Amino acid sequence: MTKLQEAFTGENTFIGFTVAGDPSIEKSVEYVVAMANAGADVVELGIPFSDPVADGPVIQAADLRAFAAGITTDKIFEMVATIRQQTDVPLVFLSYANKIFDYGYDRFYQRCEELDVSGTVIPDLPVEERDELVPIAQKHGVAVIPLVAPTSGERVAKIVSGSQGFIYLVSSLGVTGMRDNVANDLTTTIEKIKAVTDTPVAVGFGIHTPEQVKQMNQIADGAIVGSGIVKLIEEQPNNATDAITKYVQEMKGLAQVK
Amino acid sequence: MQEMKSETNQTGRFGEYGGQYIPETLMSEIDRLTAAYNHYKNDPDFKAELKDLLINYANRPSLLYHAKRMSADLGGAQIYFKREDLNHTGSHKINNVLGQILLAKRMGKTRIIAETGAGQHGVATATVAALMGMECEIFMGKLDTERQALNVYRMELLGAKVHAISTGTGTLKDAVNAAMQEWTRRMDDTHYVIGSTMGPHPFPTMVRDFQSVISKEIKAQLLQETGKLPDAVVACVGGGSNAIGAFYHFIDDSSVKLIGCEAAGKGIHTDQTAATLETGRIGIFHGMKSLFCQDDDGDIAPVYSISAGLDYPGIGPEHAALQAQKRVQYVGITDDEAVDAFEYIAQTEGIVAAIESSHAVAYVKKLAPTMRPDQIIVCNLSGRGDKDVAAIARYRGVDLHD
Ligand SMILES: Cc1ncc(COP(=O)(O)O)c(C=O)c1O
Repeated sequence: MTKLQEAFTGENTFIGFTVAGDPSIEKSVEYVVAMANAGADVVELGIPFSDPVADGPVIQAADLRAFAAGITTDKIFEMVATIRQQTDVPLVFLSYANKIFDYGYDRFYQRCEELDVSGTVIPDLPVEERDELVPIAQKHGVAVIPLVAPTSGERVAKIVSGSQGFIYLVSSLGVTGMRDNVANDLTTTIEKIKAVTDTPVAVGFGIHTPEQVKQMNQIADGAIVGSGIVKLIEEQPNNATDAITKYVQEMKGLAQVK
Repeated sequence: MQEMKSETNQTGRFGEYGGQYIPETLMSEIDRLTAAYNHYKNDPDFKAELKDLLINYANRPSLLYHAKRMSADLGGAQIYFKREDLNHTGSHKINNVLGQILLAKRMGKTRIIAETGAGQHGVATATVAALMGMECEIFMGKLDTERQALNVYRMELLGAKVHAISTGTGTLKDAVNAAMQEWTRRMDDTHYVIGSTMGPHPFPTMVRDFQSVISKEIKAQLLQETGKLPDAVVACVGGGSNAIGAFYHFIDDSSVKLIGCEAAGKGIHTDQTAATLETGRIGIFHGMKSLFCQDDDGDIAPVYSISAGLDYPGIGPEHAALQAQKRVQYVGITDDEAVDAFEYIAQTEGIVAAIESSHAVAYVKKLAPTMRPDQIIVCNLSGRGDKDVAAIARYRGVDLHD
């Protein structure tokens, strides 16, 4: 069983997101470890990009803080090496395609393999283009986690076939950020996914309140919280550990046996 | 309209360039757009309606003008200008906008969004949206709203809402980001009219097809007047739409040299340049695999040009492929050279050309004297320069008062 498969056994899975290097490399390591210790089943690490087209203002601002701290892809790998001395929580990267492409697909996934990074989520790599990268990631035992959107419709089967790790279900239209209402027709999309594959489904984009997490736990295998956690770092960049710990404990506390 | 040629496969590849690198949320809409385009580009009613608008609304065919004074002054090749500046709204952008908004209407859309750099695409979009009774919102970098203030007011006058984008560098790239984000939020009733031969498939192919009317007309007009093909066709390149439009029907004519002029800003060896084809490297951005100006870590680099319309860190995928095939030569033109050409064409031919187009004129000034008087250069004047007069005055240290 892979680490990601294990993370989806038993109760609902909670996935916490943070931007690598926000607000500094040291603090970012501390916050990832805090999430893991507080019960996050998977931590998703965002690789900052100059033009994060799929992200809202909260994560865009975090990318800028990380750049100001001098983050680079190589430094992120060094950061992961430090994290790995403190926790073996499953890690996945969220990265725009160009960061991985420019680093070199093989070189990037080789580093992921060495540092026990389980997967990558690439918001601008739809199924039409993923063949250029999936075989390379697979060679290194890293999952390429597919995104399904509320608009995917007939595309769902093609997207999730052969999927590994988990499926990232985008909760609503638009970009990442905190929303009050998450689309209700997610259940239909989840049924479409489940008709094709056993790969677990986690819902992200806009999820930030306990009610939303509870709701997602009922209809999906897990929930992903991004902007909600990043906001805590924005509020107290150098002192967010307690707030993150409390937040993740509360969210993970809502998990139920599936 | 041009039929899709065989160099584009289903997902719109030009060699290794092109593709569809966009969020899944937009893919169903992109699939619908592709299907609609493939259907309507061969639909007689659609073609007839577009043709009628091009002739009776946009003022096509545009003139092919023999610039005799400039030819004599430079003492070499005969220079012809393709006068896209005389189109309604003052640039080539209207050719693409009419096609896309007509298509959007057939798809049942009621709202149009677009990015703009110099404001010419925004103005063309706001114009056609008004004509077709559609809602219109334009995304424009904050810096560009300042250097092209006249066009902002024109768009508003035409009923469009203009959003000034202050994220990133506040230029064309950021305007594209914002427009893409808006489309991701709302696509049911909204079509995003991309203004150049860039973005995910089908845009690079579709925009090229709508712009290829330029080279179709050049070929017919020049054959009629001289009985010959041109020896060279010169055009400026931002995203690449006026250039591919001017080149397209000559690509298979190997005797015709094709030259694209990109914005070198302060020079291609400085960091203040927008010369993607000369200084960029392969990457994935704005829905396409193409060449981009990037830093060492795969982030998109800030670019610079005096011209808001050429100030873009990428290039349409078909141009990247044409450069790789060595079919088109791409040269950098600095701000200084472009401004000199802006003044030169005004004073020798009485034409105030856009600062974008002046990049092409600057190269013609270098090329013509190296050629014989029986040879022909066609230069695409992609737009008129009224919008640039104030900025050029500032560049020359002249303080204009309202
Ligand atoms: C007059 C004019 N020419 C050229 C361009 C550059 O665009 P493209 O390379 O797509 O023709 C612009 C863009 O704003 C423009 O306004």
